[in-house]
Amino acid sequence: MLERGLAAVRGTGHRVVNAVWRMGYASRFFFAVLTHSGMSFRRFYLTVKEIYFAGVLSLIIILVSGLFVGMVLGLQGYETLQKYGSESALGTLVALSLVRELGPVLAALLFASRAGSAITAEIGLMKATEQITAMEMMAVDPIARVVAPRFWGGVISMPLLAAMFSAMGVFGGYLVGVVMIGVDDGQFWSQMQSAVDFRRDVLNGVIKSVVFGVAVTAIALFEGYDAPPTAEGVSRATTRTVVTSSLAVLVLDFLLTAFMFRGI
Amino acid sequence: MPTANLVEIRDLNFTYDVRPVLQGINMDIPRGKVVAIMGLSGCGKTTLLRLIGGQLKPSQGQAKVAGQTVHELDPDALYRLRRRMGMLFQFGALFTDMSVFDNVAFQMREHTDLPESLIRDLVLLKLEAVGLRGAHDLMPAELSGGMARRVALARAIALDPMLMMYDEPFAGLDTISLGVIGNLIRHLNDALGATSIVVTHDIQESLKIVDYVYFMSEGRVIAQGTPAEIRAVDTGFVRQFVHGEIDGPMPFHYPGASYAADLALETAHA
Repeated sequence: MLERGLAAVRGTGHRVVNAVWRMGYASRFFFAVLTHSGMSFRRFYLTVKEIYFAGVLSLIIILVSGLFVGMVLGLQGYETLQKYGSESALGTLVALSLVRELGPVLAALLFASRAGSAITAEIGLMKATEQITAMEMMAVDPIARVVAPRFWGGVISMPLLAAMFSAMGVFGGYLVGVVMIGVDDGQFWSQMQSAVDFRRDVLNGVIKSVVFGVAVTAIALFEGYDAPPTAEGVSRATTRTVVTSSLAVLVLDFLLTAFMFRGI
Repeated sequence: MPTANLVEIRDLNFTYDVRPVLQGINMDIPRGKVVAIMGLSGCGKTTLLRLIGGQLKPSQGQAKVAGQTVHELDPDALYRLRRRMGMLFQFGALFTDMSVFDNVAFQMREHTDLPESLIRDLVLLKLEAVGLRGAHDLMPAELSGGMARRVALARAIALDPMLMMYDEPFAGLDTISLGVIGNLIRHLNDALGATSIVVTHDIQESLKIVDYVYFMSEGRVIAQGTPAEIRAVDTGFVRQFVHGEIDGPMPFHYPGASYAADLALETAHA
């Protein structure tokens, strides 16, 4: 009985120490990525290549999802607003929901599962097939050459993807609200224009998407770099990337919203 | 004043967690020679290569390359030293997102300011040396195992290293590729004026091409000599290894409880 109790305490201690150690390791890794970022900008084509892989190749899923989310917002928004006779505010509702929340958050979640998992799997496999070690032996720093360009590629792509998600969403809302249901065209756009504030709404949305971009890409890179060099290790790391970064996005979103719109 | 030995290993120990992997290793790798380090899988050969390349730090003793103690170098000096080393990894470790050409050009582009036209000539020269100039625009996934190994070899010699390290260059190759790689190791070494360390367990192939052999078992050097001397050894582990005998000083069975106990025969009879 006492043995089992002690084992449980030891187990808990072990897990806590491990978790703290991993956090420290992740922070050092993140710091190393930042300090080794020179090459990503000096040889910007390296970063452009990663913007293509992380950003351009995610475009389809982002655009299609944005369109459908906007269309659903149009339908649901109209249903609710018409009860109060204020369907002319549909444009405002669609635009504010997208720009403030849904655009950055959903784009980041999609980005985590589309680009984040790919980054983790790629880096994990590069490690498993000794490509990372080979690079070190060739006197080329893999953090500077492989990791940092992917980091900046992700960070630059994320706000652009979120903006495109929101734009597509607004267009989807317009299709459903104005074209299908028949809300007044002029009211839809003019109400949106007067209600959406550039600094308070658009800029805050952009800040959110930059923060999510940093979080998702950093998690994806760390999980890949830290993955045990086996098939099982890489698959676990890929799953962890999607789970951890999705949770991080949602938690960060709450914190950022609290600061931005309530001024806590 | 350069010493006769490019690599000198003195009393080298390496411990992984608490398990000793290497114990009291002493080796000299003379300039211009091809030296094989042989032993069974898991005897610490690859670890030794990693210590020479500075990827691991010894727990005691030292490895010196060109007069510099590897584990005492700061990162910049270590990277400067590594530019003069080439390493062939067991499965090639080619960059899978780059073509054969870009793989071989990688170090030239990273470490030199040569114009692209000159890099092109150099890459084709290196690929010609391994017989794969015609394959320069293929991707690594399109290569066979033997071809991938040769491309990796061309990449490793891209900057004309003074020291070449081969990690199991013969593993998993067919007999023809085996001979091709063996010949390349010898000829490139002599043509480049380099020094080579070949870590392998392929005894027949390596005895044909090397100048000197170190035998390792369980983290220690247990025999050394020229290929002729090694072939003449008629006792113990070396004989078992050279002739591929199943049982001998190195037992066939992994240590464990007795067979009867594992099958619970005693209890069944009781």
